[in-house]
Amino acid sequence: MSELLRVENLTKVYSNGFVANSDISFSVNAGEIHALVGENGAGKTTLMKMLFGMEDYQKGAIYLNDKKLEMKSALDAIHNGIGMIHQHFMLVPSLSIAENIVLGIEPTKAVMFNYKEAVRMTSEAAKKYGFDLDVTQRVSDISVGSMQKVEILKALIRGVKVLIMDEPTAVLTPQETRELFEQLHRLQEQGYAIIFISHKLEEIMELCDRVTVLRKGKCLGTYDISDMTQERISNLMIGRDVELRFQKDDPESGEDLLLVSDLIVVGDDGKRNIDGVSFRVRAGEVVGIAGVEGSGQTELAAAITGTEPYHSGSITLSGEEIRGHTVRQLREMGMASIHEDRMTIGASVNQSIRDNIIADRFYRPEFRKFIFTDKKAIDEFVDRCIEEFEIACDDADQPVRMLSGGNIQKVVVAREFTSGCRFILASQPTRGIDVGTTEMIRKRLVSMSHENKVATLLISADLNELLEVSDRLLVLRRGKIVAAFPKASEVSEDKLGEYMLGIRTMTPQEMEGLL
Amino acid sequence: MINFITNFGFSVLRLSTPIIYAALACTVTKKAGLLNMSVEGMMLCAALLGVISSALTQSVLLGVLGAMLAGCLVGALISYVNLVGKSELYLTCIAINLMATGGTTFALYMITGAKGTTFSYLASLAVPTIQIPIIKDIPLLGPILSGHSLLTYLAFLCTALIWWLLFKTRLGLRLRSVGENPHAAESVGISVTRIRTTAYLIAGAVAGLGGAFMSMSYVAWFSRDMVAGRGFIGLSANNIANGSPVVATIFSMLFGMADTVANILQLTDAGIAYFVKMLPYVITIVGMVVMSVFQIRRRKHMKQKAVAAAIQEAAAEKQT
Ligand SMILES: Nc1ncnc2c1ncn2[C@@H]1O[C@H](COP(=O)(O)OP(=O)(O)OP(=O)(O)O)[C@@H](O)[C@H]1O
Ligand SMILES: [Mg+2]
Repeated sequence: MSELLRVENLTKVYSNGFVANSDISFSVNAGEIHALVGENGAGKTTLMKMLFGMEDYQKGAIYLNDKKLEMKSALDAIHNGIGMIHQHFMLVPSLSIAENIVLGIEPTKAVMFNYKEAVRMTSEAAKKYGFDLDVTQRVSDISVGSMQKVEILKALIRGVKVLIMDEPTAVLTPQETRELFEQLHRLQEQGYAIIFISHKLEEIMELCDRVTVLRKGKCLGTYDISDMTQERISNLMIGRDVELRFQKDDPESGEDLLLVSDLIVVGDDGKRNIDGVSFRVRAGEVVGIAGVEGSGQTELAAAITGTEPYHSGSITLSGEEIRGHTVRQLREMGMASIHEDRMTIGASVNQSIRDNIIADRFYRPEFRKFIFTDKKAIDEFVDRCIEEFEIACDDADQPVRMLSGGNIQKVVVAREFTSGCRFILASQPTRGIDVGTTEMIRKRLVSMSHENKVATLLISADLNELLEVSDRLLVLRRGKIVAAFPKASEVSEDKLGEYMLGIRTMTPQEMEGLL
Repeated sequence: MINFITNFGFSVLRLSTPIIYAALACTVTKKAGLLNMSVEGMMLCAALLGVISSALTQSVLLGVLGAMLAGCLVGALISYVNLVGKSELYLTCIAINLMATGGTTFALYMITGAKGTTFSYLASLAVPTIQIPIIKDIPLLGPILSGHSLLTYLAFLCTALIWWLLFKTRLGLRLRSVGENPHAAESVGISVTRIRTTAYLIAGAVAGLGGAFMSMSYVAWFSRDMVAGRGFIGLSANNIANGSPVVATIFSMLFGMADTVANILQLTDAGIAYFVKMLPYVITIVGMVVMSVFQIRRRKHMKQKAVAAAIQEAAAEKQT
């Protein structure tokens, strides 16, 4: 295979003096899917932004087909044949797929925009690369997976040869991920080079040919996937062994802490998002909820945490109905929650790490002095959290938005895990999080339950996570529980998938006593 | 009676004209993602420059073009200050409006020595009115539709033109994409600054026509503050229409109608006339509240029904 892209001694120092990349060299071949891995904050996104012309660099050079590239903007990168799929999609919702794809290079007839030609061009391209899209649909009406396809087509139609994908699977369902992999393989066969960033090592083992490992801004080298194991990759990334699969004992579950019965939640469109769900979470156990995304997980979480009303049935926490309680009252009753969306709800990203951590407890007596806040007590507490949860930051005053994704999640987790809760709801707790932090979060969830007798409800799209962390498993499909497994360790991923997709369903009799 | 109806219809079209121009000018910038609060000032400057250039050149065409140029200049000024200078858009627009009020009065005084109007000082021209053949002979409809200023007909043509520009041309596509997601537009090489400047220039030209109508059709002179809030009325018509040029035009005509009613009542009772002038806005506000209350109610009702159905189904399931 021939070398397409080469990076030599690339060094990036941010304006605040932080060295995000130092002396990085690696190369990517045509027809290769090349993984880039590293802890949160290792500098992966920074490196890709330099390749895509969005960031300048202090030292080093980028070569494409042995030609040195000078790029001032993302547009230059695209002209040179390098495209990037951002995690936040760059699409115009009210325009059709075709219009979005041709934006900036529109076919015209006199001064008129030639919509017919745009549709023809884009549907042809979609067919050529094997994307299943109706290009006349509005982008606001399509799924996240389709939006990603639109973004990929946007790059391909502009003639890029190198495609950079920064955590593309973080927003996809397992099915969409599988579809994406098939498409990437097809592009690979056609000679495209793909740089693939992900924290899910099993995806990298399955999809990629080679892997380049970054640690703390330095490049540790490039390795053939066939010579690697997940354990070796994570060891290289973090510099120590990570237990990718940990052993845990059976729980000694106590009394019912969270009791959900006959819960019904109806959406604004009249759709039953939660349709008669009943289950319990006992002290000391972890109950996992599996399901294809959009099966009602978000609505269930919102109802349990008291942020959205429910319309029928009941939810009780330690025997007390939660209806009519404010979120603050619920938290005082012992509820904690890791929200699935850390950027808008889980954390207040423009505020400091300190303010985020004490947001739910600043009024407690231990943080107060007369009518004022006790700055010393707060600082001590926050510094302890930063140390204990290994939040990589300059100091507690740093706004949360300046942290890398994994560290933002650590701030949320630090707050929720130290709240002294009796029940915790963890929604997608490790999405976009590196293996090291993932291990920490998962272990904590289990130890809080098994040792401190916290009741844990885990909602996740990551089947591995569900099978590993949960004691019991429930499957949610179209707002109903369609399967219940008393022992998560005895369930296989395939079996779970069959229930999630509706190929099989348990009867209420089968599930009796298991909910 | 027939006379009254035709007079009324004719008046509605006449009084709607400047509001339509204002609303269209706002629609263009709104689609590019910017609120055009300065349309009032644009129209005022245009009205003055229209009078001056038609008086100087003794050409109606050059007069109207002068008015459009004035609107464009104001648009260019706003784009420069807002897009290049990165100032707050609303503050800029407010400043421009205040400046237009003071500036036009000052210019008026400098040129004519009069503080109120150019009437009898400047020999400015009026845009010709047009009798439409055939249509003018239709009973009832003829006298309403025929005999208007060329600019009135042009206003309706402009509605179609702006619609075509926004939804059928390449510029329109880019303009809408900039308005909705500037980052997306930027990422495919569309210059947000250039598109927004273009939008402001187009808005200026359209508002300029509105200004020209005021000083070269509605009356044939300039007087201070002669736009008298019509720009803001157009702005709210555009806001209700939510970016659709056709709907904006319809609402402009509704406001024009209220203006007409007020004018008629003014002859008998001035107090009532002001009340009527206020009505369209009151109706708009009340209408919006009523509509959303209705929607909330309906949604609640629908939810209740869905919940009841769910409960029933669950009970039936339990029995089997
Ligand atoms: N604009 C910036 N100014 C200063 N420092 C920055 C800036 N952007 C990123 N950093 C820092 O550079 C480091 C690398 O960030 P980068 O986003 O490249 O990490 P990453 O490997 O992509 O992490 P993740 O897996 O969480 O996405 C982080 O410590 C981050 O705080
Ligand atoms: Mg990143």
